Amino acid sequence: MAVDITLSVNGVPYPLTVDPHASLLHTVRGDVGLTGSKEGCDDSECGACMMLVDGRPVNSCSYLAVQADGSDVTTVEGLSDGETLAPLQEAFLTRGGVQCGFCTPGMLVSATALLDRSPNPSEDEIRTAVSGNLCRCTGYDGIVKAIAAVAAERAAQG
Amino acid sequence: MSTATSMTTSASSRTYVEARDVATAVAAMSAGARPIAGGTDLVVGARHGKAPLPAALVGIHRIPGLADVAPTDGGGLRLGALVTHATLMADPTVLASYPGLADASAIVGSHATRANGTLGGNVMNSSPAMDTGAPLLCHGGVAVLVGPAGERRVALADLWTGPGRSTAAPDELLVAVELDAPPADGASGSSYVRLQYRRQMEIAIVGAGAVVTLGADGTVTGAKVAITALAPVIHRVAEAEAALVGTDGGFEAAKAAGAAAAAAARPISDVRGSADYRRAMAAVITRRAVLTAVRRARGESVPVPASDTTFGS
Ligand SMILES: Cc1cc2nc3c(=O)[nH]c(=O)nc-3n(C[C@H](O)[C@H](O)[C@H](O)COP(=O)(O)OP(=O)(O)OC[C@H]3O[C@@H](n4cnc5c(N)ncnc54)[C@H](O)[C@@H]3O)c2cc1C
Ligand code: FES
Ligand code: FES
Repeated sequence: MAVDITLSVNGVPYPLTVDPHASLLHTVRGDVGLTGSKEGCDDSECGACMMLVDGRPVNSCSYLAVQADGSDVTTVEGLSDGETLAPLQEAFLTRGGVQCGFCTPGMLVSATALLDRSPNPSEDEIRTAVSGNLCRCTGYDGIVKAIAAVAAERAAQG
Repeated sequence: MSTATSMTTSASSRTYVEARDVATAVAAMSAGARPIAGGTDLVVGARHGKAPLPAALVGIHRIPGLADVAPTDGGGLRLGALVTHATLMADPTVLASYPGLADASAIVGSHATRANGTLGGNVMNSSPAMDTGAPLLCHGGVAVLVGPAGERRVALADLWTGPGRSTAAPDELLVAVELDAPPADGASGSSYVRLQYRRQMEIAIVGAGAVVTLGADGTVTGAKVAITALAPVIHRVAEAEAALVGTDGGFEAAKAAGAAAAAAARPISDVRGSADYRRAMAAVITRRAVLTAVRRARGESVPVPASDTTFGS
């Protein structure tokens, strides 16, 4: 039996009717129509689908949409301010954190969750935080440096 | 859990309700629904084709009060079933008095797994490789279950009966796990160490937990040791504990405890390691867990998670 839910995605409420087994990822990509979040493995291994649910990082491929009923969901589309990119997005672009871009939406969401929780992380903390986000292109170095640079900028600005 | 549900379900037969209190959850479970907390085992297991998602689900993730960490009357700690690994690895009481549990939660999956995965889901999945099991056993963990007939308490050692199997009925909801008070006489320390090929997104190849209590002169007055991924259930090893009591808790004593753990192990061979390798590593990992618990009991600081820093000891 389909279930009626409301997802607030990037601040916009979406009343939806979903199959109880539908994943949050398929619901946001298919029903909401935001395709920034990617499906790499559909198995909680790669992190390409990562979203924030009430601020928590979630592998949305393996999270039921019904469980997010009434929650605030943030996807990569919600990180920028319109056309103005978030500092993490800028830093990924300028510091070699993006190549093919497939891991990037999940990587950015994961990094956002890290900096929300721990504004001044060590390199080890950064590497630990993105260990559930696989990147087959960059070798991770640009990604780690981009996240560290944003943390340092924020610390400098107080 | 002992529920053996599951054939593929058609969309029309699937149901989901969200419980906002324990009674609603238990009623739904009595009617055949399976509880879902963080979903990191249940949904991912279905993706693996291990067991399709049950047709009837009851969401328990928002039941108020089940995510609390609170002291018990006896000076122990009550952990609500919905407490996440992210909470356990950062909770000041857990870090101070039950650091072995923080060692375990800090290495579960990735930060997304830890933000959503709950203690209740970890315990009720009854995996012989799950990470919180050994420290929970060493700290005297008791499961508090609520079913249609009311509440009952069962020691975790009597809860798990085999991989994916437990003595909990399908309509019993785990509401909390209670831990013993830290030993009052003497200084104690605890730890959990696992053999891992990578530091995150790993499953224990072998694991061991320990709680050690030292008397005023530094002699071991109490010891608990449990081993992970070395038998169909996680269990304590009395011989390893006996090998420690009365000693100075030094390397030779820890080595003897490791040898006892290896002797008690009944490992399997699988893609992650052969039975012989697991048995050999049981000795090493148990030794490291004991030495870490002793260091903490002596007041030395060993960062959480211990698995990342105890190589070579
Ligand atoms: C990528 C990844 C990595 C992982 N790494 C680890 C790891 O390193 N170590 C480890 O130990 N585990 C690991 N896990 C497994 C899992 O994350 C943990 O076991 C987690 O604690 C499960 O909690 P949950 O709330 O998500 O459980 P769920 O999936 O919601 O539930 C698991 C099972 O328990 C039952 N259940 C849940 N809560 C209750 C309750 N209160 N009462 C009765 N039954 C209940 C459910 O019906 C289900 O059968 C990993 C999982 C993933 C996806
Ligand atoms: S698609 Fe969700 S973790 Fe890979
Ligand atoms: S940029 Fe290609 S996978 Fe990361």
